[in-house]
Amino acid sequence: MSLLEVNNLDAFYGDFQALFGINLAIEEGEAVAIIGANGAGKSTFLRSVSGLVTNTADAINYRGMDISHRAASDIVGQGIAMVPEGRKLFPSLSVEENLLIGGYSQRAGAWNLERIYGMFPILKERRDVAGTALSGGEQQMTAIGRALMANPELILFDELSLGLAPIVINDIYESLPTIKQEGVTLLLVEQDINKALEVADRVYCFQEGRVSLTGVPRNLTKDSIAAAYFGSDK
Amino acid sequence: MIEWVNTVLQGILTGGLYALFAAGLAIIFGVMRLVNITHGDLIVLSAFVAMVAIDVMGFNPFISLVAVLPIMFVFGYILQRSILNFTLGDDLLPPLLVTFGLSIVIQNLLLQIFSADSQRIKAGSLEILSIQLYENLSVGVFPLIVFIVAVFIIIGLQYLFSNTRIGRAFRATSDDAVTAQLMGINDRHIFSLSMALALLIVGIAGLFVGISTNFDPSAGPSRLLFAFEAVIMGGLGSLWGTLAGGIILGVSQNIGAKLDPGWQILAGHIAFLVILVFRPNGLFPRMRDD
Ligand SMILES: Nc1ncnc2c1ncn2[C@@H]1O[C@H](COP(=O)(O)OP(=O)(O)OP(=O)(O)O)[C@@H](O)[C@H]1O
Ligand SMILES: [Mg+2]
Repeated sequence: MSLLEVNNLDAFYGDFQALFGINLAIEEGEAVAIIGANGAGKSTFLRSVSGLVTNTADAINYRGMDISHRAASDIVGQGIAMVPEGRKLFPSLSVEENLLIGGYSQRAGAWNLERIYGMFPILKERRDVAGTALSGGEQQMTAIGRALMANPELILFDELSLGLAPIVINDIYESLPTIKQEGVTLLLVEQDINKALEVADRVYCFQEGRVSLTGVPRNLTKDSIAAAYFGSDK
Repeated sequence: MIEWVNTVLQGILTGGLYALFAAGLAIIFGVMRLVNITHGDLIVLSAFVAMVAIDVMGFNPFISLVAVLPIMFVFGYILQRSILNFTLGDDLLPPLLVTFGLSIVIQNLLLQIFSADSQRIKAGSLEILSIQLYENLSVGVFPLIVFIVAVFIIIGLQYLFSNTRIGRAFRATSDDAVTAQLMGINDRHIFSLSMALALLIVGIAGLFVGISTNFDPSAGPSRLLFAFEAVIMGGLGSLWGTLAGGIILGVSQNIGAKLDPGWQILAGHIAFLVILVFRPNGLFPRMRDD
């Protein structure tokens, strides 16, 4: 049984349909990347799994249980946490409070403040400042730490590299293998294709709301990715 | 000279009551950007509830809170969950209109049940007890109790918001209700809890109002006005600011009244205007980076 299995997912913003019949499955312990151009529907997919976007899926099975009709606030308690696009730290909470609120659902597990600070020591130094006073990279670390505090089995990362300098992106991506070793399954949406192919065991490419390609990174050629990314006519 | 000290002192104590009016309003606005036009009527409603608990069921005024507070808490939760949550959104107008309508409903309901007669909650000797501080300078025990309770409530609320799990959830939801859901926070529940919490304070304020002044079903809007002025002078959403705003309002009203009994209310409004001219964001504006 897959950890997450999405069957025939359509998603809507009002009358506008953003996703068309998406099928996607993730095994426990895997790292899966979703790549695709701007507006392809990558964020919409993550937000649908998290319960933030209305969708009509045949099923979104998590450990064999359909979670497609659950409220967003119930999903994290099931073991799915999200690092949202743009970090979305809470401005009136300090760094440490942002981490603590990540554990609001009180799921049992091994992650706590100490371990987050062990992974990102800079956050310990800056624990008392407002989350929004941090640099972009530090904010991203806080957002990752906040998701880990929920003790999730699956984390959805939306564009970790967005707006960050290459050297900072490397720092952030170095934390992913550690997280994976802890048994956390990773689903990451990424514009930076090279970064995505580096960490992912499998890749999905979205194009205009549909899956245009799936595969294992080493079997994918530049041409096949370009075609799936931009459409075959470009 | 001593007369003026007395005037200011009484004004400060009155400010405690105004801070109690204001604290509930500040919480509701702070957590969910809801401007609650019903706030004053809810204070009057709770004064009537206290009156019934005392007169009909024979409770001592302070013990009546044991009945009043749970009623107000549950009422606040249900009111928010069943009606007001549906008015929340990007637009501030719908909750304004709905709470305005609710205000009229509550006033008319109270009128039907209790008539337009002026009421007072009797607190026995507490109403006249006073402490002599100096010759010609004394403070009433009851106003002093009200002030001290107000300060403790604000300390307690400050602690709740700053240092507890639920307080963090209140602030996170206020910042960004959608992202809060990703933390497992049910924003609808948090909004309802904040209204319930506000009505706990309203319950206490209602009892104090009922003991310290006459009230009738139409007394709500003027309480709302005082609460608004205190909240806005304090800087929207700051709890200590509501105390400062309440005190400024109380002191300026008392000074006005001392100059000419007819100027009491007007002097409060003038202080409000002056503060807004010099500090448009109030005395303790909330620090926000966004
Ligand atoms: N809140 C919204 N309301 C209406 N349409 C939306 C909304 N959010 C996204 N869309 C539309 O849905 C489509 C998919 O958007 P989505 O944000 O999922 O793309 P994406 O692949 O994450 O893009 P990006 O790489 O820019 O983040 C786009 O056409 C977008 O314009
Ligand atoms: Mg996106």
